[in-house]
Formats: sequence, structure tokens, C-alpha cells
Amino acid sequence: MNQILAVAGKEFFDGLRNRWLISITLIFAVLSIGLTYFGAVASGEVGVTSLSTTIASLASLAVFLIPLIALLLSYDSFVGEQESGTLLLLLTYPLSKTQLLLGKFIGQGGIIALATLLGFGASALILYLQVNDVEVLRLFSTFIASAVLLGLSFTAIAYVISLAVNEKSKAAGIALLIWFFFALVFDLALLALLVGVEQGVSQQGLTQIMMFSPSDIFRLVNLAGLDSSDVNGALAIAIKSSLTQGQLFLVLITWVMLPLIGANFIFMKKTL
Amino acid sequence: MTTSPLITLSKVGKQYPKLTALNLIDMQLNQGEVLGLFGHNGAGKTTMMKLILGVISPSHGEVNVMGVAPDTKAAWHMREQIGYLPENVSFYEHLTGLEVLTYFARLKGFYPKAAKQHAIELLEQVGVAHAMKKPVKTFSKGMRQRLGLAQAFIGKPKLLLLDEPTVGLDPIATADFYQTVDQLKSQGTSVILCSHVLPGVEQHIDRAMILSSGNMLAIGTLAELRQQANLPIKITPHGLNGTLRHDAHLLKYLSNDESDSILKVPEQDKVAMLRYLLTFESICDIDIDKANLEQVYQYYLQQNKNVGNDKKLSAGA
Ligand SMILES: Nc1ncnc2c1ncn2[C@@H]1O[C@H](COP(=O)(O)OP(=O)(O)O)[C@@H](O)[C@H]1O
Ligand SMILES: [Mg+2]
Repeated sequence: MNQILAVAGKEFFDGLRNRWLISITLIFAVLSIGLTYFGAVASGEVGVTSLSTTIASLASLAVFLIPLIALLLSYDSFVGEQESGTLLLLLTYPLSKTQLLLGKFIGQGGIIALATLLGFGASALILYLQVNDVEVLRLFSTFIASAVLLGLSFTAIAYVISLAVNEKSKAAGIALLIWFFFALVFDLALLALLVGVEQGVSQQGLTQIMMFSPSDIFRLVNLAGLDSSDVNGALAIAIKSSLTQGQLFLVLITWVMLPLIGANFIFMKKTL
Repeated sequence: MTTSPLITLSKVGKQYPKLTALNLIDMQLNQGEVLGLFGHNGAGKTTMMKLILGVISPSHGEVNVMGVAPDTKAAWHMREQIGYLPENVSFYEHLTGLEVLTYFARLKGFYPKAAKQHAIELLEQVGVAHAMKKPVKTFSKGMRQRLGLAQAFIGKPKLLLLDEPTVGLDPIATADFYQTVDQLKSQGTSVILCSHVLPGVEQHIDRAMILSSGNMLAIGTLAELRQQANLPIKITPHGLNGTLRHDAHLLKYLSNDESDSILKVPEQDKVAMLRYLLTFESICDIDIDKANLEQVYQYYLQQNKNVGNDKKLSAGA
């Protein structure tokens, strides 16, 4: 346990030291406060209606940004140490591969989670003080919780990449491809499926396919509770699906666990 | 005190898809013993250390370290007692020397406060305490190497595996390093160090192993290796001048080179030769040169090459 904490502490302080925490927090805070403010101004009044617009635009921004940031933060976590030789050294210590993986996950996941909480939490607080409506807190806590899970999911995916390859540059390339896939390609493919296959995909089927993308689950979680007028595209159809928010959260958590278990499996097989 | 060896390798081999990195290695290391591992690049030195550390598993044979196979779960506690200096390691550049060492001490099981305390002591021991608050990226090659050594010394390990420990160290730091090895040895620490730099090592090791392309060419104390190699001792008498070449007995030991006045005497004839030389009135000094590690090493490599050539010849015939 002491060892896991030591690794987690190091990774977390690395995140503080190289300004990751502060920059991510700032990016999130500026974006969300900006969106909240301009959202309110644009709609002419501050209220619950504009709140769903705000959440909807925040979600569509976060779904691009959070995976990118998480991948950037963690893609070299293992392959970087492999290249510098410290990974080999760590493996000769009384520290299991699983402990090392968990320690890193707690430390770097902590950075992502804290930045998400602080950045988006700031705008939630500002908005709450303005409108004094608990609905703000309810929607934002759902948003922040799912954003944290989205970040953790991509941190775990980054570990899979970082452990599967032996060169840092390769890991960077693959990380970028993975981001591009979940940010754009997956949804385009979904749309193509909707348009191209006549009567082919039911609402149910579409929702099921969406479970294969943590980004889409994140969108679903946040848009499900909103007025559908703020939502368009393939999502609008899927939103009226039968999955509850709780179930969606469970799938999102699965999207954290599975890559983590996968990363552990690859690590166990890896020789240096 | 245990009498069983700390490390036992029996018929150990390591096979990579395209080459045999190690082949049929038999070796034992006792507590408090210092073993030098010598061989060219690619001889298999690092591979042997990795096998002992348990980061890779042998393809053949058995590795036993402190009573357990190091590549199994049972090796957990053994790892607390091993210090390792990898050959190419660059520590976390953005951290300070103290932070790096404190981190590794924590991973060795120290609690935060004790880890820092221990780290400071070790940095003082290896002589980088003055720079411990500076980021590693500002360290010179020698300072990095010392930091690596301090890392290996964490927790007073019973067994130290040092891969090219003196690379990048200046002569004074190298001398310091060997002094530390002597000190650790006297405290009962076993050490395996591998190097391709031979001068200066021999006084500090108990035994040497010579590796070439994964094969163990020789293992033993330097005296044993010298004896096996049957390398002559070089004796240079001073003050005899011309007499040397006129004495029938001495002439046998002289090389044909006219200008040469060095007698090449087999180990077993040494004392007799000295006695004989002392009977000369004019003798004023005698230099005695035993074959050093380098010559022994060269001998075994040459021997191996010859054997290899013979094999090729007979195969071709
Ligand atoms: N992971 C690996 N895969 C394939 N070959 C390897 C691997 N590691 C080492 N080797 C090969 O094994 C041989 C011995 O390497 P090594 O033990 O590092 O030599 P040394 O440390 O004596 O220079 C070399 O030919 C090296 O290329
Ligand atoms: Mg080597």
C-alpha cells in the first residue's frame, strides 16, 4: 500500500510540477465560465432553459477536450519510463506490476479528476450563486461525475497504448488516432449507418452500438436529462432509449475498468 | 549464518528468437563474495543480471536466489534485499536528486520520513549531497552514475548487482567506488559487477567470470584462472646485463628478442628462479609481474577463438 501511494504521489506531484493540473483546470474553467456566461447572455435571460443549452454545449466541448487531455497526459507513462530505463529498475523493486499500474492510475487520474472538478465546478458555483436554483448543482454534478469518468477511461486507454508499444513516438501516434476515432470517426460511422441502412438500425440497436464509445456514453448521460430541442444528430434518437442514467454510469465505469484490466494484462505479458 | 550459496545458477540458458544470449551457465555466489563479470558487448552480462533479478525467465536450467526462483511471486521479499544499478538509466530529469532517491527508498518499503533521511545519508555517501536539491537534468554523467549507485545501496541490500558501475566516473570517483565495494563486502554484502573496463578491478573482486557470446569461458579466483591459463610470470632482473644471455639456464626463459631482458617463468618455477637469480653477485633489483586480469581475459578469449576455428576447420574437412 505504501508503494502504491508512493507511485501515486509521485505522479500527482509530477502533474502539479509540470503545470498540467493548473493548465487543465484553467482551460476547463475558462471554457465553462465563458460558455455559461455567453449562453445566458445569448438567451436573454438566466434560467433553467438556458441551463440545458449550457450543459449541452459544455458536453460537446468536453467530449473532444477531455479524451485529448487524458491521452496527452498519460500516453508516455510507461513507454517513457521504458525508454529511460526506470521501468526496468522499478520492476526489480518489491513492487508488483499491478501496484505500479494502480499507483500511476491514481496519481494521473487524480490530476484529471481534480482539474475537472475545479474547472467545471467553478462555473457551476458561479451559476448557482446567480440563479440560486439547485437544478444547477444537480445537472452540473452529473456532468462533472461523468466527465471525470470519461477522463479516467481515456487515462486507462492511454495505459493500454503505453504498455503495448516500445517507442514513445509510436504511442503518441496511436494515441492521436484513438482520439480521432472516438471524437469523430465513430459518430460519423453511426450517422452513415443511420442514413445508409434503411430500417436497418432500431433505436435499441443504435443505443447498443453507442455503448462501444465512452464519448457517446458521456454524451448520452448528459443529454438524456435535457430538452431534446438542444440536442441534435444521431444522439437525439438514441436519447429516448430505455437506459437509465444509472445504467449509463455503470457502462461508463466499465469503460474505466476494462481498459485498466487490459493494460494490466498487457503489462504482465511484457518483458523488458 | 547460512552456508548455502546466495545465488545458484545451474545449466542456465536464455534463448531469444534469433540468438542464444546465454548458454549452460553454472555459477554460485556466496555471502560476502564479489564476482566480476567480464565480456565484450553482447556477451550476455546484462542478461545474466536480469535473470538473477527475475525480470526475465531462463529458457533452460534453474536460477535460485536466496532460496527462491527470482521470477516467481515468492521472490517478493528477496527483492527488498537486492540493489541493482542498470547500465543505461536516466532518472526522472525534472526531479531533484533527493526527490529521486526518496521515491526509490519509498518503493523499497521506507515510510516517507525515513525514506528522505536514508536518501540524504546515501547521497552523502556517494558524494552528491551538495547537489541534492538540484534537478537531475543539471547533473553531469558522473553525478548521475553516483545517484544510480546510491539508488542501488538503498536499504543495505544483501546482494548488489552493478551493471557497468564505473562508466562515466573519473579516476578518483572510480577509486571511491571500489573503496565502497570493499567496505560493503566487509559488511557481508555480495556483489556482482560487470564491466568491460578491466584495469583497476582485480584487487576488488574475489572471483571473475569470463563470458563470450553467451558462453562461460572461465570462472574462478584470479589465481586459479592464471594457473589454468598457465600464463608465465614476467621477471625482470636488473644489474645482470650481458650475463643473462650467457647463462644456459636463464636463456631457456628468455624470449628470442635480443633487446628483451624479461624472463617468462611458469608460476611453479617462480621461487626456484628467484633463488637462482639471487646467487648472482651483481643483481641489484628484481621486478615481478604476474599476468593481470587483462592478460588472463585476452588469453581466454584467444583460446575460445582458436577452439572455434578448430571446430570450423574440422567441420569443413
Ligand atoms: N529482449 C531481447 N531480445 C532479443 N535479443 C536480446 C534481448 N536482450 C538482449 N538480447 C541480445 O542478447 C545478447 C546479450 O545481451 P546483453 O546481455 O545485453 O550483453 P552485454 O550486457 O554483455 O553487453 C545480445 O546479443 C543482445 O542483442
Ligand atoms: Mg550490458
